[in-house]
Amino acid sequence: MKGRAWKFGDNVNTDIIIPYKYKARSIDPKTLAKHCMEGIDPGFSKKVQKGDFIVSGRNFGCGSSREQAPVSIKACGISVVIAESFARIFYRNAINIGLPVLVCEGVLKEVDDGDTIEVDLSKGFVNNLSKEKIIEVKKQPEFLEKMVKAGGLVEYYKKFRRFPW
Amino acid sequence: MNAIEKILSRASGRENVLPGEIVEANIDCAMVNEITGHLTIKYFHEVGAKEVWNKEKIVMILDHTIPAGSVEAAELHKIMREFAREQGIRAFYDVGRGGISHQVMMEKAHVKPGDVVVGADSHTCTYGAIGAFSTGIGSTDMTAVFTTGRLWFKVPKVIKVNVRGDFRKFVVPKDLFLKIAKILGVSGANYMGLEFKGSTIRDMSIDGRMTICNMVIEVGGKAGIVEPDEKTLAYMKSRKNDRFSIMRSDPDAEYERTLELSVDDLQPLVSCPSAVDNVKLVSEVEGVELDQVFIGSCTNGRIEDLRIVAKILKGNVVSDRTRLIIIPASQEIYLDALREGLIETFLLSGATVTNPTCGACYGGHIGMLASGEVCLSTTNRNFIGRMGSPKSKVYLASPATAAVSAITGRITDPTSFKSG
Repeated sequence: MKGRAWKFGDNVNTDIIIPYKYKARSIDPKTLAKHCMEGIDPGFSKKVQKGDFIVSGRNFGCGSSREQAPVSIKACGISVVIAESFARIFYRNAINIGLPVLVCEGVLKEVDDGDTIEVDLSKGFVNNLSKEKIIEVKKQPEFLEKMVKAGGLVEYYKKFRRFPW
Repeated sequence: MNAIEKILSRASGRENVLPGEIVEANIDCAMVNEITGHLTIKYFHEVGAKEVWNKEKIVMILDHTIPAGSVEAAELHKIMREFAREQGIRAFYDVGRGGISHQVMMEKAHVKPGDVVVGADSHTCTYGAIGAFSTGIGSTDMTAVFTTGRLWFKVPKVIKVNVRGDFRKFVVPKDLFLKIAKILGVSGANYMGLEFKGSTIRDMSIDGRMTICNMVIEVGGKAGIVEPDEKTLAYMKSRKNDRFSIMRSDPDAEYERTLELSVDDLQPLVSCPSAVDNVKLVSEVEGVELDQVFIGSCTNGRIEDLRIVAKILKGNVVSDRTRLIIIPASQEIYLDALREGLIETFLLSGATVTNPTCGACYGGHIGMLASGEVCLSTTNRNFIGRMGSPKSKVYLASPATAAVSAITGRITDPTSFKSG
């Protein structure tokens, strides 16, 4: 996977990712995608190309337990969210809906907004092609990898008729 | 082992667990509201499930937008209502029957000490107040729970928060938690549990314990927990639920770290826009003009909170420049407040009182803020746009600070207020 890095800071919360007024009105991914990151970068969804990445700081996705936040990110074309750390409910939700998330300490220092990066989920690295620098990511438990690969928890269940843990 | 480890060991059928381990635990109770529950129901059908794993262990509560403030909200209510009926789920709290989910879960004794409880709402961590392990999950995770009654957890590291001393007048548990948020920061307890101990916690009511456990998510925490004691037992007895086992931390239990705090000199605190850990002394921001004051929510809408507010408001009126909205957290609290005469005091002071709902706390269907407006709120989040316009500002504080500030129309330190 190769794409542009869209960089954000620490504590990007779920109200910023998708303001409440859209969460309540819609569960339609396309509608949610249009308003993704509207609280911090209006028009974000228009700039994103399919396959791009979000690179962020600590505690990405803090706040609400609503899944519209990761759904909006996935639906606007982001392929992976890479962050120094995630809020735990967002982390689980993202994997459950099939949005890959990578914990990558030091990523903010190594990646600038606009850099082209490459991500290998199975080998577990982020390659900053603009800076020719490889950054290691924290390995996820295997069952979570399987779940993301299947496209999320519901898709996994439909395929294997059981949950992956 | 500490209490959280013991509860997770028991629920996953293991002799012991270590922080960082992944366990699969049996769920004692699962709660959804209409905002998250409708998605769980959708996925439940998508995975081809026919019957929930245990209809007695599922609680469905309408609280975020009640009564329905839009056709969209009404549709969500309808999905919930029909699912409860179709599955035979008796613990369904419709409009006028319950109130804010976390309060209802405690009042109606759906939660017991030692339980593992999950809720599709981030403030599910509230029930640690009676010694349960409770945590928030998303709608899809809840689908797995509805289907199998089990869910995976990473055993959290736990920070011990040892609190000693006595609160000064009009300094309350909310101020204590804002102090903790200032120390830990909004991600300081990410993935971790917080176990509250010490003489201050022992002296604290269940209402107060609920406030501090409720806000654990605001420092990234997975669960807050207070060891059950005689207050817990009395509470459970009053709720007619006395069949449970108590899990206490061993004297040699291990913790990630210990935070030692004293509340003797604690002053009223306020969390300034737009992060919960942007905490200052009320006296430092005194004088900030307020367009709205909101008292309520799963954090601070309980009877004890309303009593303090009534004590302050009695014989006073809300400032001309400010509007005061008060929302009791549940039908039961509303009725108690009515019987105790608190509602009359509120109305005479110029406050508006609405039915129990989350609506005002999260910019739902009532009490929304216009651009440029400033609100002091007893709730739990002051994110940009949380209560309305992205150009509005929210300060978080205690019910005492909120009530005094509503009278003056400005952020005001309640400790200097002379009550009758």
